[in-house]
Amino acid sequence: MTEFFAMGGYAVYLWPSYVVFLAVLFGAWGTALWRGRRIRRAILRERRGRNDKR
Amino acid sequence: MWLWFHRLGSGPTFYPFAGRLAWLLAIPGLLLLLHGLYGALWAAPVDYQQGQGYRMIFVHVPAAWLSLFIYSSMAVAAVVALIWRMKVAEVYIIDAAIPGAGFTAAALITGMLWGKPMWGTYWVWDARLTSELILLFLYLGVLALDQAIEDKRQAARACALLALVGAVNVPIVHYSVEWWNTLHQGPTVSKFDSPSMDMRMLVPLLELTLASTLLFGTIVLVRMRATLLWRERHSRWVGEIVEAGQ
Repeated sequence: MTEFFAMGGYAVYLWPSYVVFLAVLFGAWGTALWRGRRIRRAILRERRGRNDKR
Repeated sequence: MWLWFHRLGSGPTFYPFAGRLAWLLAIPGLLLLLHGLYGALWAAPVDYQQGQGYRMIFVHVPAAWLSLFIYSSMAVAAVVALIWRMKVAEVYIIDAAIPGAGFTAAALITGMLWGKPMWGTYWVWDARLTSELILLFLYLGVLALDQAIEDKRQAARACALLALVGAVNVPIVHYSVEWWNTLHQGPTVSKFDSPSMDMRMLVPLLELTLASTLLFGTIVLVRMRATLLWRERHSRWVGEIVEAGQ
């Protein structure tokens, strides 16, 4: 297992590459979902505020 | 077909369609990603020249492919937005630019991390690296332009123009390794008639490239749904969707 993580001495370059790629992929997905939820909540708040004023 | 295409351009039709399509892309995308990572890190053999270090190709190539694919798709959307003024196309340009910039930055960073042990340096100002950096600036330019103009329809037209003009850089990035003498290696994957890779390496590479493309599709659709909701928040269909908690 240690040999696998060492990656023939390239671990210091290889693992950060995978981390960067996966962080961009899942980071973009996560922020997209979070933004969607935030926007839906903001619209709901805005609509309820408008209804209360009426 | 034409009618369907036009109807898809309206928020009430696009929103539920995009929601279903996002999941349809996400499930095979995630499965391919897991299988591709297994192939990239365990199943693929060690390279006779670069040893284990070559495994960076499995994340560098998908990121670089997406950087070009996303910008090309933005240019196509720009044509649709400028000619037919389709709102969904306008929204696509901005919502694709954010993950596009991320993948371009990832291509540059993974390339630098690969370059250090193989070339002895993180960066050289050769044609491929420089044109890819320009691509990142183009993405950032589109995003900055969108932020700078308050009227979102006007901003979309300006962004569409920039996306279209910037598309000239895409073939430059792709063919730079053939047109100029570069430190960056020549094409290995796109030579489908005679790929210079072993199949056990090529299959996970194609799997990861397809997986990240499918997952990009999911990301952009999720983003577009949210943007459309916000832009049309005063319309009835948005009220119904938000109240129903969809």
